[in-house]
Amino acid sequence: MSYTIEGATGAWEVVIGLEVHAQVTSKAKLFSGAATEFGAEPNSQVSFIDAGFPGMLPVINGECVAQAVRTGLGLNAQVNLWSRFDRKNYFYADLPQGYQISQYEFPIIGKGEIEIELADGSTKNIGITRLHLEQDAGKSLHDQHATKSYIDLNRSGVALMEIVSEPDLRSPEEAGAYLTKLRQILRYLGTCDGNMEQGSLRADVNVSVRKAGEEFRTRCEVKNVNSIRFVMQAVEAEARRQVEVWEAGEEVVQETRLFDTSRGVTRSMRSKEDAHDYRYFPDPDLPPLVLEQSWVEQLKAGLPELPDARRARYVGDYGLTPYDAHVLTLEKETAAFYETVAAGRDPKMAANWVTGDFFAGLNRTGHSIGDSPVSAENLGGLLDLIKDGTLSGKLAKEVLEAMFETGEPPAAIVEERGLKQVTDTGAIEAMIDEVMAKNADKVAEYRSGKDKLFGFFVGQTMKAMQGKGNPALVNDLLKRKLA
Amino acid sequence: MSLDTATVRRVASLARIRVEEDELPRLQSELNGILGWIEQLQAVNTDGVEPMAGGGTQALRMRADEVTDGGIQDKVLANAPDRAGAFFAVPKVVE
Amino acid sequence: MDSIFDLTLAEARDLLVKRDLSAVELTRTYLSAVEALNPRINAYITVTAEAALEQAKAAEAALAKGEAKPLTGIPLAIKDLFCTTGIRTTAASKILGNFVPPYESTVTANLLRDGAVFLGKANLDEFAMGSSNATSAFGGVENPWKRQNSDAALVPGGSSGGSAAAVAARMALGATATDTGGSIRQPAAFCGIAGIKPTYGRVSRFGTVAFASSLDQAGPVARTVEDCAILLGSMSGFDPKDSTSADMPVPDFAAACKRGVKGLRIGIPKEYRLPGMPAEIEALWQQGIAWLKEAGAETVDISLPHTQYALPTYYIVAPAEASSNLARYDGVRFGLREDGVDLKDLYERTRRAGFGEEVRRRIMIGTYVLSAGYYDAYYLKAQKIRTLIKRDFDEAWGKVDAILTPATPSAAFGRDEKRDDPVAMYLNDVFTVTANLAGIPGLSVPAGLDAQGLPLGLQVLGKSFDEETVFAVGRAIEQAAKFTATPALKAAA
Repeated sequence: MSYTIEGATGAWEVVIGLEVHAQVTSKAKLFSGAATEFGAEPNSQVSFIDAGFPGMLPVINGECVAQAVRTGLGLNAQVNLWSRFDRKNYFYADLPQGYQISQYEFPIIGKGEIEIELADGSTKNIGITRLHLEQDAGKSLHDQHATKSYIDLNRSGVALMEIVSEPDLRSPEEAGAYLTKLRQILRYLGTCDGNMEQGSLRADVNVSVRKAGEEFRTRCEVKNVNSIRFVMQAVEAEARRQVEVWEAGEEVVQETRLFDTSRGVTRSMRSKEDAHDYRYFPDPDLPPLVLEQSWVEQLKAGLPELPDARRARYVGDYGLTPYDAHVLTLEKETAAFYETVAAGRDPKMAANWVTGDFFAGLNRTGHSIGDSPVSAENLGGLLDLIKDGTLSGKLAKEVLEAMFETGEPPAAIVEERGLKQVTDTGAIEAMIDEVMAKNADKVAEYRSGKDKLFGFFVGQTMKAMQGKGNPALVNDLLKRKLA
Repeated sequence: MSLDTATVRRVASLARIRVEEDELPRLQSELNGILGWIEQLQAVNTDGVEPMAGGGTQALRMRADEVTDGGIQDKVLANAPDRAGAFFAVPKVVE
Repeated sequence: MDSIFDLTLAEARDLLVKRDLSAVELTRTYLSAVEALNPRINAYITVTAEAALEQAKAAEAALAKGEAKPLTGIPLAIKDLFCTTGIRTTAASKILGNFVPPYESTVTANLLRDGAVFLGKANLDEFAMGSSNATSAFGGVENPWKRQNSDAALVPGGSSGGSAAAVAARMALGATATDTGGSIRQPAAFCGIAGIKPTYGRVSRFGTVAFASSLDQAGPVARTVEDCAILLGSMSGFDPKDSTSADMPVPDFAAACKRGVKGLRIGIPKEYRLPGMPAEIEALWQQGIAWLKEAGAETVDISLPHTQYALPTYYIVAPAEASSNLARYDGVRFGLREDGVDLKDLYERTRRAGFGEEVRRRIMIGTYVLSAGYYDAYYLKAQKIRTLIKRDFDEAWGKVDAILTPATPSAAFGRDEKRDDPVAMYLNDVFTVTANLAGIPGLSVPAGLDAQGLPLGLQVLGKSFDEETVFAVGRAIEQAAKFTATPALKAAA
């Protein structure tokens, strides 16, 4: 059943479109040679161009253009070989030039489409309207002084991709899944680091509600939401507010709102009340951006495998379940880790270990895949020790725990702790003989038909061998001796 | 197209230029004089004509992705009318 | 040598290289002229005498070692629109306050590279918006020329009025200027000197305070066509810091002056014959045609049918771009700040107090023509007509190599004339503005005097990146005109 909000007058459908601002991964800014690193001293990564000084002129960073094209290709979108930069004029303290250089009429990337996965296993295609390049503004700090706002221009001029979706999303879950998928694609492509805490990825959420079968009603834009969870919460809060407004017999007013994360509600943005007239016009400092088809082809050939393709390969070639394939491809780093573990080994076994004990170990020790004490090579080595009979599954779990603690390779731990499985039939037989001698009464009972006692002998033998006996051999030999 | 007083006020506000009430009539008449003179362009047939945006005819040149600028905090802040430490300062903005 | 002030830039350069003239003496002489005349003419906003003498000494040392560069020791005035490191740059506006750029414009950097000496920063119309130098926040410039039997102050033209007046009055050997609708050629004509606006993209705009980015081009003013060619050679060149800079080699402009005009086809556009144009202007134009014919050129009647729409088109495009270019003057990072109750109030008070009347008027016009609902009717329409104007020229180049027109519709006028009607003032640029819209080069050459003894100029227009032909034609007119008159106010040894 599709998502609706129950109002007093019945069910309301929610219509959502997202405008995502993704910071382009590049060393230098879009139109200046200043650095883009996060967290620098205020105004230390600012050129006179970024600060809008008299006579300063923009020159475009080719890598930012390449990143936008790569992203467009990753979103299955049209790459426009002719695009143009326009000026969006407005006054704000952290907008030094008095205009933002953006692409209004002719964006570099046109229509595209991505597939999102929902919790029930279904998928849905979401249209991409466009992607364009633009400069970021600086940062205003309003809480440092009683009567002043402070301005840091380090972000001013950093390249952003604005990625606009069609109003195809119908629930908070779909909005969350879309953002998750978009972030995943950007991270796979290496065109945006997707770091939402640092503001590398932020979303403006357009929300409206309607009764089934109606045309779109008035939408509101919730600005600058900086986590996937907040996007989902903001959609719900804003949709509920609009339902209340309509049901009270009032009109929803088209406006810009902010999501108050502590109270879980949206509120009107006072600073944006002044209706904007951005006076867009082509930036006369920048001739049109003209791309060669051959250059686009070259970028296309250099694209990494994207999550959808990788997931399909895991299911098709490796025989993984769609769920495991999904989990393993969520993050580019996880997939790379998995592939190292699976290389030359049983891919299903590798998937079980990565998604099972390995993930559990990361959780338990508070690590992420990037700083995991257990390398993919070492986890692979552990699998090899299981395969060649050195370790039982149970012992292997123990070894993995030790690997999380010490970071050492499995062979070293096995050696050090004497965890090596005993496969010497003579030694096992000797131990079985000892156990049978100590429990002559139970042997007699077993032989008289009490089959259930077999487990007892297995347990006693393994206990005597401190768990190191090869379980299959123990079983075989016991059966033979007890017969 | 002729500007009324309200439009003159709105344009001044968009341009962030303070205009006193008693200046409006004169400004309005000057702007209308200029716009009236510009109006003659409507007589030109421009059907099917491509607009000419820039002064030159070449395409955009791309530069390499290298950090070649910034790290000039002092120079960037040197002309600031008001600053607080390494920040520019303005009257508090309420969002 | 009668007087050091009679030397052209080329002549002074030869004497410096031959060590028959000292670079320090030359600069000192020009500084004394500035000291004597600037209080009256007001051609300079800032005089940098000490720095100039230091530069002259360095030039002297270089010359002594035989290391002369194209402009070593040549004293120049720099229009106060070019940012100069450590030297206040005002654009003749209050809003820049005491702005001291921590960077150098490409044009001035190129001139310094070639050994030039900077005497100071020349006055101009505020943000280069004007045709009379009346809009400078630092007071107007007085044209060194006087009507016969009159001491009435005349305007030097604009916006590069300070540059042109300084060169005419012998307060500099040459000067940098900029031209958005005629701001080099019109003051050059009013002051009886030469000036060229090169092809758009020939000279870098980096570090030059922007007025209208798609129209702005820097160029030189000097006493002769050859001097302009020498200066333009140094100012020009590809600049990776300006995305509109053309990646083209810089020809030897000075050599091109000597080419002659034999066999060249010169277009005479009928649309430049305005109703009510003074007979003297028409007569001068006919004289120019005759001179070029005598020198071996052929003249061809041509039509540039959209000429009459150029000026109103300009008064949409230029204010629109200016309204955006001047948004950065907001009192936050540099320049004047007027406090306000909140940020918007601060902006409005700062920009009200900082910008003069004409600049405010143009920002308002530009804001209006770009605003919602009017963009198509004004800005887009103007851009299309700009295409038609350029097309007129492109078609003409099929028939002619250069075009000859009057430079201005009148000689210099009095300070109090044309003050109250902005449109009447705008008409000054009627002959010059087409070159900016089409992006082509245009040269103004002093060609004669009107009945009141004021200089008049002829304009040579050429194809994009063919300044060489423009210089050849300009030089031919200069030779034929034998323009030797000098202004009433000028330095004398």
